[in-house]
Amino acid sequence: MNPLQETFQQTESILRTENANIYYGQFLALKGINLDVQKNKVTAFIGPSGCGKSTLLRCYNRLNDLIPSFRLEGKISYYDRDLYAPNIDPVQVRRKIGMVFQKPNPFPKSIYDNIAYGARINGYKGDMDELVEKSLKGAALWDEVKDKLKQDGRAISGGQQQRLCIARAIAVQPDIVLMDEPCSALDPISTIKVEELIHELKEQYTIVIVTHNMQQASRVADTTAFFNVKVTDQGNRQGFLVECDRTEVIFQNPREESTQQYISGRFG
Amino acid sequence: MLSDNPDSAQSLWGINNDSLEYNPNSNRTRFGIFMTGLVSLFTAIAIIPLFVVLSYLIINGIEHISFNSFFELPPQALTQDPGGFGNALIGTLIMVGIGLALSVPIGIMAGIYLSEFSHPNIAYWLRFATNVLSGVPSIIVGTFAYGVLVVTFKSYSAWAGGFALAILMLPIIVRTTDEALQLISQDIRQASVGVGANDYQTVLQIVIPSAVPAIVTGVTLAVARAAGETAPLIYTAGFNQFWPDLKLQALSSQPIASLSVLIYQFGISPYENQQQLAWAASFILMILVMLSNIVARIATTKRNF
Amino acid sequence: MSFTNNSASRTIQSRSAKERTLNTGFIVFSQIFAWSVAGTLIWLACLVGWQAIPAISKFGLGFVFTSSWNPPQESFGVWPEVYGTLASSFIALALSVPIGLGVAIFLSEDYLPTPVQRVLVFLVELLAAIPSVVFGLWGIFVLIPFLKELTPLKSPALLPAALVLGVMILPTITAISRDAMINVPQDLRQAAYGLGATRWETIIQILIPAASSGIIGGVMLALGRALGETMAVTMLIGNANQVSLSLFAPANSIAARLANQFAEASGLQVSALMYAALILFGLTLAINIIAQLLVTRLQKI
Repeated sequence: MNPLQETFQQTESILRTENANIYYGQFLALKGINLDVQKNKVTAFIGPSGCGKSTLLRCYNRLNDLIPSFRLEGKISYYDRDLYAPNIDPVQVRRKIGMVFQKPNPFPKSIYDNIAYGARINGYKGDMDELVEKSLKGAALWDEVKDKLKQDGRAISGGQQQRLCIARAIAVQPDIVLMDEPCSALDPISTIKVEELIHELKEQYTIVIVTHNMQQASRVADTTAFFNVKVTDQGNRQGFLVECDRTEVIFQNPREESTQQYISGRFG
Repeated sequence: MLSDNPDSAQSLWGINNDSLEYNPNSNRTRFGIFMTGLVSLFTAIAIIPLFVVLSYLIINGIEHISFNSFFELPPQALTQDPGGFGNALIGTLIMVGIGLALSVPIGIMAGIYLSEFSHPNIAYWLRFATNVLSGVPSIIVGTFAYGVLVVTFKSYSAWAGGFALAILMLPIIVRTTDEALQLISQDIRQASVGVGANDYQTVLQIVIPSAVPAIVTGVTLAVARAAGETAPLIYTAGFNQFWPDLKLQALSSQPIASLSVLIYQFGISPYENQQQLAWAASFILMILVMLSNIVARIATTKRNF
Repeated sequence: MSFTNNSASRTIQSRSAKERTLNTGFIVFSQIFAWSVAGTLIWLACLVGWQAIPAISKFGLGFVFTSSWNPPQESFGVWPEVYGTLASSFIALALSVPIGLGVAIFLSEDYLPTPVQRVLVFLVELLAAIPSVVFGLWGIFVLIPFLKELTPLKSPALLPAALVLGVMILPTITAISRDAMINVPQDLRQAAYGLGATRWETIIQILIPAASSGIIGGVMLALGRALGETMAVTMLIGNANQVSLSLFAPANSIAARLANQFAEASGLQVSALMYAALILFGLTLAINIIAQLLVTRLQKI
């Protein structure tokens, strides 16, 4: 075992996926996933489209529950608690494990209320103004919007909207923030801002980010998981995890040939 | 144990904030269960009238209907004669027929113009006017038909009734035609124009045939609405105890019976045999209307698959 | 269509001249018909307005606030009808808005398996297909006797009319609110769930506000329908020319007044009825226009 890998395994694991099979109806969309997410690190999921990386991400906060045909086999645990145990309330799970989506999706409410919404429903009793300010500062948006908190959250630029969505997610003080291609709808300058933000956020939060962009993964992630997809005999696309390791290892010295091909662009 | 977030002051967030388990006693859970119960109850309340009305119609309708109901004239008051609604059924068919003859060509052509040829701004306002026309109360449409035709002919007539029904059917046909044509993909039009077809050839030979199921749906729904309408007929078609005279001239000079006006007049009549005929006529009217609705639905379902 | 090489150019030439005329004719023809729909609306407004002029010039605005209806003395006013129309419609709305919105929520979110949902939606739509006069007949022979058992009701009155109206406008409210709820973008739902909102917190605080213009539009359309609804109201409201605050007292509505008296009216009475029709038309027109604007805004989202 090389020394790099040793340190990789030393940090505490916050999300553990064991032998997970994910089905949509009869179709096995993701097969045999074993993966740990380290606490206070940024973990990136990369891989070709259709490999199920977003699907897995949405398992972590049980957002897939909204899809009637979704089914999970195996175990996903948060610390050591099974997230899919029958007595677990998905609403509580989503409060501890927040999410930022691909397309900025602010509510049709004011900037202030966008932030305050999650706190209100979760019974926050503290000073709301302070929380809004802290969250917007945490998302590096405060200086840009502090004079227009009453404006509609949809009236600001796309990059600002996405940071508003991040602020909204961290306002409920989750442990983990899941990000589903958070920059794919943004221009390069906004992308840089969000990436810088991710660096700052990992002090306090564990971040799992799905990205199409390998440069982005290498810039922001401590750990990178590479997923691939194969077409089964029945013609269905089935995703699987190829390997997960420290980002440097994945990008410089991956164990698997297919990872090497993907990161060097000789894929498919 | 779960929250090591240094900033999170636990007291600021509700109790059990870190629990991941269902808490059946939390206000949020209770509120959700209560609201879900409430809306399911509301849904039941909304469906109940349908079954109650239908079951009374079926019970009372079947009890008082007979084979002769279709072929006899309405009963006189103070007799034991059950009578029939033969003349009213024919009257309804004649007036719905007149309504169709007037509204289908105009409605389909107007729909074609809106979807195929009009400038978007003009189309916006014409659609708007069409929607507003469909919201005009049917009794007002009746006063209009009265002013246009009854005053001219100096008599209630099948034409006046049919004219009123046509105005009620028109917006439905325009709208469904317009919507159906808009759903036809642009490729087909381009393919047709590409082989040198003119606009009208493209529309009549390519676009309209693809939209026929949806247009049929619209026309059927319009028929269902018109067949059940009463208010616009009371003082345009009036009522008649006798068989309609089917000569063209008579259609503009004699009042004519219809199922719906028969139901109204006999429903508020104090004589039992007339009330019973109102139930029987309602039953038949309802079957007509329900059949049209189901036919309309089947036509649309086909289009979707 | 047959052509040979040597005559091809000539054929194309002559064909296109003739076809161009046909084509233009077709378009102009369709255009005339489309405008005739709008024209009908204007014609209707003008005709009713024109016939109402004698009554307007004689009674002026006082018509709306006068309670007498006395053909021999030619004194006419529609205050009881205006009151009865508004009262029955608003009671009907008060009943059917919460229920209709509840049904819309229940049948738009994923509470039920899709096939069950589809059947229930169909049943609610079927309610809209029952002709008004059938509701009236049912009201006379079933609802009123039933209410006489349970309440102080003695005769046809405001209450049975309003109840049946409520049932009749329910499908309108449900259908349009449901469309509006379904059209709320899926990512807003996900955003709310992702923050740890429960289903009902998402519905009440995110979905209903986002769908509000459609919902209000649906309620306005229902109001327009209730105000103009004729047969069921005529058969159940009691047709009494009085203003009473009691739900159990007979009342009247503008539409019922028209349905009852047009047939036997003459002279100034016809004009007075046309004036009443004009008031009803104006009222429903205004409400429908607002409703249309709100519902179109919904479609643009």
